[in-house]
Amino acid sequence: MIESHIPALIALTFVVFALLIPAFGVWRTEYSQPLSVIGSGLAAVFSLVGFLNYLNEGSLRYFFGGWEPPIGIEFVYDGMSAFFVLVINTVAFLVLIHSRQISKMEFPGKEMPYYSLAMLMLLGFNGMILTGDLFNLYVFLEISSLSSYALISIGDRQAPFAAFRYLIIGTVGGTLYLLGVGFLYTVTGTLNIIDMSAMLQLSEIFDNSAVFAALILMIVGIGVKAALFPMHGWLPDAYTYASSTSTALIAPIGTKVAAYILFRIIFWLFSIDITDAIAPVSYIVGILACIGILYGSIMAIAQSEMKRMLAYSSISQIGYIIMGLSLANPLGFAGALLHVLNHAVMKACLFLVSGNLRMKEGHSDISRFDDSYRKKYPWTMASFSVAAISMVGLPPLAGFFSKWYLALGTIDNENWLFLAVILISSLLNAVYFFRILEKVYMMNPKKDQKEAAEAKKNEAPASMLIPTSVLAIALIVIGFANAAIVGFLFNIFPV
Amino acid sequence: MKRQFKSPIVLLGSRLLTPYIMVFGWYVIIHGHYSPGGGFQGGALLAASILLIRVAGGKQIAKLQIQEFATTPLAIIGVLIYFLTGLVAMIAGGYFLDYGQLPIPGMDPAYLRYTGILIIEVGIGLAVMAILVMIYDNLVRGEDYG
Amino acid sequence: MVDFFLGHYAYWFTIILMCVGLYGILFKKNLIKKTIGLAIFQASVVLYFVSIASKWGDVAVTVKDYNIPVEDVSNYLNPLPHTLMLTAIVVGVATLGVAFTLLIAIYNRYETLDEQELIDKMK
Repeated sequence: MIESHIPALIALTFVVFALLIPAFGVWRTEYSQPLSVIGSGLAAVFSLVGFLNYLNEGSLRYFFGGWEPPIGIEFVYDGMSAFFVLVINTVAFLVLIHSRQISKMEFPGKEMPYYSLAMLMLLGFNGMILTGDLFNLYVFLEISSLSSYALISIGDRQAPFAAFRYLIIGTVGGTLYLLGVGFLYTVTGTLNIIDMSAMLQLSEIFDNSAVFAALILMIVGIGVKAALFPMHGWLPDAYTYASSTSTALIAPIGTKVAAYILFRIIFWLFSIDITDAIAPVSYIVGILACIGILYGSIMAIAQSEMKRMLAYSSISQIGYIIMGLSLANPLGFAGALLHVLNHAVMKACLFLVSGNLRMKEGHSDISRFDDSYRKKYPWTMASFSVAAISMVGLPPLAGFFSKWYLALGTIDNENWLFLAVILISSLLNAVYFFRILEKVYMMNPKKDQKEAAEAKKNEAPASMLIPTSVLAIALIVIGFANAAIVGFLFNIFPV
Repeated sequence: MKRQFKSPIVLLGSRLLTPYIMVFGWYVIIHGHYSPGGGFQGGALLAASILLIRVAGGKQIAKLQIQEFATTPLAIIGVLIYFLTGLVAMIAGGYFLDYGQLPIPGMDPAYLRYTGILIIEVGIGLAVMAILVMIYDNLVRGEDYG
Repeated sequence: MVDFFLGHYAYWFTIILMCVGLYGILFKKNLIKKTIGLAIFQASVVLYFVSIASKWGDVAVTVKDYNIPVEDVSNYLNPLPHTLMLTAIVVGVATLGVAFTLLIAIYNRYETLDEQELIDKMK
């Protein structure tokens, strides 16, 4: 009986805990973090139950208020939403466990508003994934965006200005998306995704130029959130100056959810024929994604601070996912979604590693890394090595398989430019990750670096170490289990 | 706005106006399910009536009306009314926010949906009022001048 | 030609407001003026939605005039975009709230709200 209510329960859990955290937090502040862990853990359990239920029974449509669509709003729980909800809730759960110690160091005293905002942001992301109504998607988009602006501003000295820039650009993007929804409503008269996709197949509707304008507006508006190439300008500053937990919450999850919306719009709402009817939109989006991949990798090589380097690396990795979107064949689709899973786990692990280093050393500046790290932080640097090798794309770790399927997808389309971009960017990834590994593992200790040779083990506390290690081990597990995952992903491609 | 305004006319005028604005705000909330109005608009009007006294009277007089620490619990109660209604509907067998399944005895389904919307509008109005007053209090707390 | 301008005047107002809002966001140096430009930009989309809801010779849904037949839908304007815009206006208010809080935090740290001075001070 509870399985039929899973879509609403996932969103409801976050709302209830977003209300409980202030209620208990004004009484005792130290109750906020355990409550947030319980909340996101409960949501992760619900999404796992729902995923297993989906594998047994098929997709589920949940009508709010008992009103059937197209009159009412619905939540659609099909294969892609089940997969995404499971990924983001699990990653958020592990990051929130990690945040206990570092929250005392980076923002003492502000924990109650922080965790309440984190719950609201996760509500927004889950709602965006689950909903089947275009205007409801705008509402959840704005909920998650406002919470992430506030979360980013709790941080360094330069954080409020970075958050303000992100606010201006993000709100313009959301409003452009809303205008696109307005055009589609004017032409078709409905706001439900399934209903509208049936209506858009009729020729008297998709010949209307308003439909093409709506497509472009929605791609640009959601592209702001997804950090597609020309609209990525907010990302480096916002991820660098935010606190470690905020970045670890927003970076693995936020851009992926926007990429999910792009998948929904281009494959489910407008099928790929209508998208390419007037202009080769998917090819242009693919070219922009390729420019983003190369731009992100090249700028990441030039950075000397680890969080900024990882932020530019995020721009590059989201380019892979959108390039898989633009290929529009089953191999590219499977590669892109597998890369969503892989990148969420890898980036969360890397940002948690930088959080560990900031906790212990006070900085995460690459030019100050030295040989003593491999003695002082053995487990942290081991997790970093696993995640870095997976980002570059070496087998048998998870990153190799997503790039492999993307490459197979480009060969299937005979798109040699995209294949070359994948290979070149993997080499560039190797440059900026392996230089850290070289500094930590491979340099001989100099004769007068006594403290490096005699460093004792000073590892991060267990509550920070366990999530990092779990994520790193998950990469190895995903690498070995990728055949099952890719088989599942081939099944959900909308033909 | 921490200190009271020096002129007695401002305080007298706001004391005269506030009850009528508050009544009008309640009117807009309660008529939300039947005619133009509803939770958001009515909540903003209620907040306007409270903020009028806070701007004109200063901190001492504002404490007599709604204390500063009371706005957070009020907002939480407002949103909880909304979600508990939906949850009760879910437990009683329907979907979330399916007012036709609310277990209030002696009403046919049309009136049940009517009443369900009324309950959630009251909840939303309370939450919006409390949050707008909370925003004002936070902005004024950082003021340097009187 | 006349119909292109006068027949679609609601869309022209939307476009003009949108351009004014974008001009404010892009070309003004003070951060508060950028926020005002953002508010105007959001108002233009609200105007677009409300303008598509009306029909020729319509009245509002809540008017109780017994001369107008109730079953004929074309006598009443479409209430759905109005309700959508209520939610969009509330979202706009919340965005302005967050923007002003961030501006207060920036002012408390840097003593200025001019973008060029802020970039110089942040280096």
